[in-house]
Amino acid sequence: MKPRTPSYLEKVLASGHLAVTAECGPPRGSNSNVIVKKALGIKEYVDAINVTDNQTAVTRLCSLASVVHLKLAGLEPVLQMVVRDRNRIALQSDILGAASFNIHNILCLSGDHQSFGDCPDAQNVFDIDSMQLVSMVRHMRDNGRFISGDKINGPPKMFVGAAANPFADPFEIRAARLAKKVEAGAEFIQTQCVYNVEKFALWLEQVRQRGLHEKVYILAGVTPLKSAGMAKYMKNKVPGMDIPDGIIKRMAGVPKKSQPEEGIRICVETIERLKEEEGISGFHIMAIEWEDRVPEIVERAGLFPRPRVEQ
Amino acid sequence: MIVAELKPLQEIADSVAQYGKVDVVACGGCVSVCLTGGLKSAEELRRELSHPKYYMGRPPLFQVQSIQRQCEKDFVRSYFTPSPGTGAVLSMACGAGVQTLAEAFNKLPVIPAMNTTFLGSLDGPGLWTEKCHGCGNCVLGLTGGICPVARCAKRLLNGPCGGSSEGKCEVGGHLNCAWHLIIERLKSLGRLEDYDRLFPVKDWSVDKAGGPRSLGRLRPSY
Ligand code: SF4
Ligand code: SF4
Repeated sequence: MKPRTPSYLEKVLASGHLAVTAECGPPRGSNSNVIVKKALGIKEYVDAINVTDNQTAVTRLCSLASVVHLKLAGLEPVLQMVVRDRNRIALQSDILGAASFNIHNILCLSGDHQSFGDCPDAQNVFDIDSMQLVSMVRHMRDNGRFISGDKINGPPKMFVGAAANPFADPFEIRAARLAKKVEAGAEFIQTQCVYNVEKFALWLEQVRQRGLHEKVYILAGVTPLKSAGMAKYMKNKVPGMDIPDGIIKRMAGVPKKSQPEEGIRICVETIERLKEEEGISGFHIMAIEWEDRVPEIVERAGLFPRPRVEQ
Repeated sequence: MIVAELKPLQEIADSVAQYGKVDVVACGGCVSVCLTGGLKSAEELRRELSHPKYYMGRPPLFQVQSIQRQCEKDFVRSYFTPSPGTGAVLSMACGAGVQTLAEAFNKLPVIPAMNTTFLGSLDGPGLWTEKCHGCGNCVLGLTGGICPVARCAKRLLNGPCGGSSEGKCEVGGHLNCAWHLIIERLKSLGRLEDYDRLFPVKDWSVDKAGGPRSLGRLRPSY
């Protein structure tokens, strides 16, 4: 696929390399150094850095300001945007704001329900959904028009992504749902973290049957587990998360102080295993409040050094 | 059907404590069917509210009355006369009924006894569940007769989200995922291909976003 935007991430993918992205969570305060420092620490090991948008509905420094800080520090950010908190006016306006700072990647999401966060009594917006956001950004970029049809002077030039969770239910429509996202205009996909490799492979098989892997770049999501406790918590408390008992047993089977190392090992093995799958274009590492271990994961998974692609 | 439930007793008591006499007015419409605001419930509320434990001073004197449909001005005007000496009306109707009463008696405080909650249906003995938000542009024909606007916690027109798990919504254990239900229903109708259709953005101007709505030949005066 030929690149259609100035996005560096898109160029890496288009050149046929396995791409590596990582996620950084903004702080719960206004000190931008926190996120810039996290991002600079992994700069050489990733092609782009996602910044989460009030993830799990907990109020934080906004993703838009955060990606601007990263951009000004010379990094390639991916702006995550959820439709939970903004209507179509605010979304379009924020997209233009990001474009004005030459932010060239966006990940369109629904967002966790506000009941999970620090303001469970908040009203939500959900004016449009994540698929409609995908097609709105594509419309703004490709047709140079707002959703209203009005002309945009200086449309955004963004590489448009969406999420996919192969582990959510009903499983049978998960590939069909990806097809809808592709039809809406998604150009890259970052998946929910993979622990259940067999189920993921099954989903990928359905994706290949539909030929979707040739229309969209799929980056498999991985999250290193820090402890057996974290694994159990995620299995039981995070909706749509699939952690097989085997993984939990493996984590619990080593002494507490070796569990972080075991978690990293599982993560590296998962990447190694998925590299062989046709249709995987890269990896998205979500090391939650553990960003400093990203370089080690990338290195051990044989994904370092990162390619240098002509800008 | 409009569903409403009784406010906490202490909250109701606090809102009427300053009055010597209060009319408790039941409604014979929806709230009577969902067994929360009909005549029987009003009698019960009168008994409960008369208990001194809710008040610093003396409890007000309560009288029960009933109106067939509190949301119709004609019914209110023709069939309801406040008891002599009444200081306030405690309405057991939905929000529409409370406001109709308030409009009819502009010198009399009208206080809600209920929290109006949703448009729903009777799913089992005594179990009412939310089914419709009155969005002004019904999509049920395309979603197997299950409403994503009222029954998906994120109002997704292109669901299910990544939090749908074993038929349940990410929001909480007991809530069914509306999109799971939609897919099951499309399957049993043999119309799973309907799922492949991308829903365009919705026009919310006919929903509450466009301001209060009305139906009928006369121009509303709000
Ligand atoms: S689509 Fe709108 S009108 Fe139809 S049931 Fe849902 S909320 Fe009600
Ligand atoms: S789990 Fe289902 S009902 Fe709940 S928000 Fe997601 S799609 Fe909607």
